[in-house]
Amino acid sequence: MWDFPLLPEAASSTAAEVDALFWILIGVASVFGGIITAGLVYFNIRYRKNSKASRAGAVSEHLPLELLWSIVPLVISAGIFGWGAKLYFDMHVPPENAREVYVVGKQWMWKIQHPQGNREINELHVPVGVPIKLVMTSQDVIHSFFVPAFRIKQDVLPGRYTTTWFEATKPGEYHLFCAEYCGTSHASMKGRVVVMKQEEFERWLAGSRQEESMTASGDQLFRQFGCVTCHSQTSQERGPSLHGLFGSTVRLADGSTVTADERYIRESILNPGAALVAGYKPLMPTYAGQMSQEQLFQIIEYVKSLGGPQIAGERRNP
Amino acid sequence: MKTVNEDALQKNYITAAYGIRSWLLTRDHKRIALLYLISITLFFFIGGFFAVLMRLELMTPQGDLVSAETYNRLFTMHGVAMIFFFLVPSIPAVLGNFLLPMMLGARDLAFPRLNLLSWYLYMVGGAYTLYAMVTGGIDTGWTFYTPYSTGYSTTNVVPVVVGIFILGFSSILTGLNFIVTTHKMRAPGLTWFRLPLFVWSQYATSVIILLATPVLAITLALLGVERIFRVGIFDPALGGDPILFQHMFWFYSHPAVYIMVLPSMGVVSELVTCFARRRIFGYRFMAFAVMAIAVLGFLVWGHHMFVSGQSVYAGMAFSALSFFVAIPSAIKVFNWTATLHKGRIEFRTPVLYAFGFIGLFTIGGLTGLFLATLAVNVHLTDTYFVVAHFHYIMVGGAVMGYLGGIHYWWPKMTGRMYHEGWAKFSALILFVGFNLTFFPQFILGYLGMPRRYYIYPEEFQVLNVLSTAGASILGLGYIIPMIYLLWSLRKPRTAGPNPWNAVGLEWLTPSPPPTHNFDKTPVVTEEPYAYEEKSAHGG
Repeated sequence: MWDFPLLPEAASSTAAEVDALFWILIGVASVFGGIITAGLVYFNIRYRKNSKASRAGAVSEHLPLELLWSIVPLVISAGIFGWGAKLYFDMHVPPENAREVYVVGKQWMWKIQHPQGNREINELHVPVGVPIKLVMTSQDVIHSFFVPAFRIKQDVLPGRYTTTWFEATKPGEYHLFCAEYCGTSHASMKGRVVVMKQEEFERWLAGSRQEESMTASGDQLFRQFGCVTCHSQTSQERGPSLHGLFGSTVRLADGSTVTADERYIRESILNPGAALVAGYKPLMPTYAGQMSQEQLFQIIEYVKSLGGPQIAGERRNP
Repeated sequence: MKTVNEDALQKNYITAAYGIRSWLLTRDHKRIALLYLISITLFFFIGGFFAVLMRLELMTPQGDLVSAETYNRLFTMHGVAMIFFFLVPSIPAVLGNFLLPMMLGARDLAFPRLNLLSWYLYMVGGAYTLYAMVTGGIDTGWTFYTPYSTGYSTTNVVPVVVGIFILGFSSILTGLNFIVTTHKMRAPGLTWFRLPLFVWSQYATSVIILLATPVLAITLALLGVERIFRVGIFDPALGGDPILFQHMFWFYSHPAVYIMVLPSMGVVSELVTCFARRRIFGYRFMAFAVMAIAVLGFLVWGHHMFVSGQSVYAGMAFSALSFFVAIPSAIKVFNWTATLHKGRIEFRTPVLYAFGFIGLFTIGGLTGLFLATLAVNVHLTDTYFVVAHFHYIMVGGAVMGYLGGIHYWWPKMTGRMYHEGWAKFSALILFVGFNLTFFPQFILGYLGMPRRYYIYPEEFQVLNVLSTAGASILGLGYIIPMIYLLWSLRKPRTAGPNPWNAVGLEWLTPSPPPTHNFDKTPVVTEEPYAYEEKSAHGG
């Protein structure tokens, strides 16, 4: 029972830097807390009511002192702010080569889809040393994907996609918690992240696959829902081709531009009129309510498989 | 003997009239303060009872004392009772009501009837919320996040929200009353820079209340509209935006933290100066710091939302502004400490609470820097680190200040002195119990234990047991003062007008004061906290 940790496990590429910043804050807090405590204790002893210490020359105004204890904390704060902000920014931008994993939160479980077709519930298997980008959404209330050992936490919202990323540095099993209160069994909405050596992970992927890849499932949905009638490479009259779309810059009918990322594709499926591509009529019906969150992810994965802007060569919309 | 006879002849505000009607229809700010004192104490013990049950459940990793449904109601109702019905009104409605007119040399607040209406609104809102709690409770967390609160929770969300909505008007009217009173009813010679810092803090608090509370009312009204009529405002399934709710909620609820802690800062300034027999160090800096906190406090709400999905750049702006708000807080702590320099410090009960405040508020403030730091916040937010941090501010800070103030002005309010040995003992108990309860929670949070969990992995148990042990000591620290303060009411009224030999207009009147406070309007000729002059004249 007494064998309990005082420090959390650090198992991601950013954990060490978050911890470094944390310990610098501990240092700053100790120095300032120490100064205040020392001041309180010393003055209380030296200037207790019946002490003989001299009270001559007591002052109640001292501009240099006021400036000192305003400006020094301000400068220290600015430094901590800058470091924290830079690291926060890095934690938001996944590396180019990150592998994607799709996460759907619901009361009260985490549903995970790997592009290869593997599905998991309340477990996430990942290889060590490979950056993993999580594309997440909720099908009911707000949840939050929290892995303490990786120092990552990101709210998972209904009706939109949020992303985060990590690169695990140590094989092992780590807690996965829901950190945003989500109703009755919030405390049970937890699981584990299993970090495996690369070759073990590949073996796990091959061994636990229950269905075809997300791209293949997405391709099938693409036909099943009739997307293919308007969005094929050959029929560009009614809708733009999706080849080379993912990651490209799309010009919209209102003159603005938007990057074709997961959020954009999701919105175009559920609310096609919101971001109409320049040169097209608002013909597309909404698919809201017809596809599950998992199916949406599969179609997105299919669209990704059609290539990005560099492969497309020339885009219809410059 | 002569003075005793005079005191006996002169009726004080308590003996001025008898009967329940004379209390329920009173317009005397001092009587209304006592009505509030009784009401908020009731809510404090209700909220405390919920906390006891939670801490007992958390003794073990399994859910053995209460179910998930019950636990979720407990932490929600603990938050609602403590924040809305105890902390927000605490110092303004009790000490502010009692003291503000006297500190200004006035007979009453500017709008005495409005003041009574405030109390009735508090009682109606409180009774309604209590009713909602008894008939099923609410399980959304005191933060009412959508779409859970509007579309998923099956508990009494709307009744609780209506109760808080009504309560909000009580706050607003009190704030309005204080602002007008401070502007218009200061005694001759009482310029702005001669005001005690307690008045400055009440003024700053009132400004926040007046500007922020309507936003809470609007937010809760929209929440009710979405829940009842299914109009899409916050729920994406209806076309709404759940982040919008968080922006609106924290636009009130972050400034609300300052509503809770600024008045305590005002109390601490009174206590430190009185018991160090010193003028406050850096008076103007202290006054401006209070106003700076009030203004900057409105610009930092987004720091509750660094992982919510708001833009990265918004996060950066809110982080920077949060560091700014730390500066005036630091100024205040340094100035209180410097006030002790070359003082003649007497260790009476109220100042022990003030020292407790300074220590605990410092820890609370410094851990706030951790949470303002973006990358560190990502790990710590929604864990026990946050729970510990805000309890250090709101209990270690606000409640310590409140109790310090109660102990300081108790003889003024009742004419009686409490047993000082017990009082010092319980101040110590409170300090020890508080730290034992909440310090382990910082470690729990860093380890990654999320808040609002009634079951947890086994490795967190030892720290949770420590915290529960601390809470039992802390509970004693709240019960003992209840006993000796009530006990003191049996004693004769011998405290005298100025038992602490303090300066400040409230000490010029008898204890308890007469209904009209002052026989003749005092004229102010000096700065506040003129303790050194007082000692020099042998006072």
